[in-house]
Amino acid sequence: MTSAAGSAPWDLFGYFADHREQVLELLWSHTWLSVLPVVVGLLVALPIGWLARRYRWAYPPIVSVTGLLYTIPSLALFVIMPTLLGTQILDPLNVVAALTVYTVALLVRVVADGLAAVPEDVLQAATAMGLTRLQLLRMVQLPLAVPVIAAGLRVATVANVSLVAIAATIGIPQLGQLFITGFQLSVSGPYYPPIVLGIVLCVALALLLDRLIVLSARLLTPWQRVVTAR
Amino acid sequence: MNEVLVWLNDPQNWTGTRSTPGIGDQVAAHLAYTAVALLIAGGIAFPLGLVLGHTGRASWLVSVANGLRSLPTVGLLILLYVMVSPLVSGRGDAVYLVPTEIALVVLALPAILANTYAGVRNVSPAVRDAAFGMGMTGRQVLFRVELPNALPLVFSGVRSAALQVIATATIAAYVGLDGLGRYVYDGLASRQFGEMAGGAVLVAVLALLVDLLLALVQRVTVSRGVSGRFSRRAAGGDGRTARITELAAADPDDLSPAAGDPAATDPVPVPEGSGGRSTG
Repeated sequence: MTSAAGSAPWDLFGYFADHREQVLELLWSHTWLSVLPVVVGLLVALPIGWLARRYRWAYPPIVSVTGLLYTIPSLALFVIMPTLLGTQILDPLNVVAALTVYTVALLVRVVADGLAAVPEDVLQAATAMGLTRLQLLRMVQLPLAVPVIAAGLRVATVANVSLVAIAATIGIPQLGQLFITGFQLSVSGPYYPPIVLGIVLCVALALLLDRLIVLSARLLTPWQRVVTAR
Repeated sequence: MNEVLVWLNDPQNWTGTRSTPGIGDQVAAHLAYTAVALLIAGGIAFPLGLVLGHTGRASWLVSVANGLRSLPTVGLLILLYVMVSPLVSGRGDAVYLVPTEIALVVLALPAILANTYAGVRNVSPAVRDAAFGMGMTGRQVLFRVELPNALPLVFSGVRSAALQVIATATIAAYVGLDGLGRYVYDGLASRQFGEMAGGAVLVAVLALLVDLLLALVQRVTVSRGVSGRFSRRAAGGDGRTARITELAAADPDDLSPAAGDPAATDPVPVPEGSGGRSTG
């Protein structure tokens, strides 16, 4: 493949034109590697967070254990995962599992605090109207906790987009691969285009996913717009 | 798992040989990179955060610093390496060290700056007004009232910065630096699974220990009036110690559990829309 692009940082467009298919493929795997852990993490964190809220004594241990998980550096977790899961070292599943751990660690506390932030009088009113405990959770507590949970999801998603890139250094392909390529091509002199392109795409992906969460949270909480409009 | 234990139990890995440093040396190197980066970042971000928070001016600087957080760590590290290393080549380890330290400082800055700033801004206006009303000067208010009240948030920023720096110093081994990341990448290259996972376990333990140490320092330095950590008897309310529960409840650090993100963009969501920002 002959490349017309130079090695200056602004040649990233030329680089993209030359390697379009490959870059789009990397972008796609980067996207699902960052999004899937958030989805799974949320599904796991909801019941645990609910437990931490429902039984007050469970809150401190749950929050400190999840906090501990958060101190493990991501590269370490990527590398240790195969021992825990019995997977191959290059299996993308390791990345998904490791990032799910972080997402759960972050969201459990967020869910518990979000549920705790629902005003007591609202709960009493709902109970007085005859809602069962499950209805209460589904129709009152969860919807009211949406803004808090969405804030946690934004943090987790943006962090994941950046963390996924680290997995490229141990050979799992996604946008981080562009950094590795640039690194390897820079032996004789700086070759910026793939590195800059990778950074730009990572930041763009993070911003896009962030906006998506903000938008869906707004759609899920129509009453908030009424309040702000006033 | 067995291979990891074998590797960790091999005395030669701890003492090292003439050509390869032992685990102790690598831990020391790892800690040295971390300490240098944290000291430089703290030296810049902490005073800046205090001044910006106290005066309430130039808050756009904090937003800019926060923008840095969405940069992917690996990309930043490799970009800086490619940019800086030709300038410092031929001076031994400086080729790896200089770009890595710059990347680590860039990484640690936003967390410390944003949390110091938010900590000072979040001091309840009533408390600040009371301090001014008692005749304190601006400087006295900053150091005797705002700083002690901001300390929990400052610590959460420093702790998350420390975790990020430790995690990223591991990745720095990819571009050629020493430290515990060496084991991960060397083990990966030579298919020595025990070495690779052993190195990873050591990094995780180191991160935990550093976080624990900082938590202890935080416990000693943060006033009980701020942390609300009273012994049961004192909590009975003898009326001699003021407890500012309002501040504890408004702690905007809600989203970051013990500290921050392990490696990359920091999740401490302090700066925007947090608690008492309406202090203006």
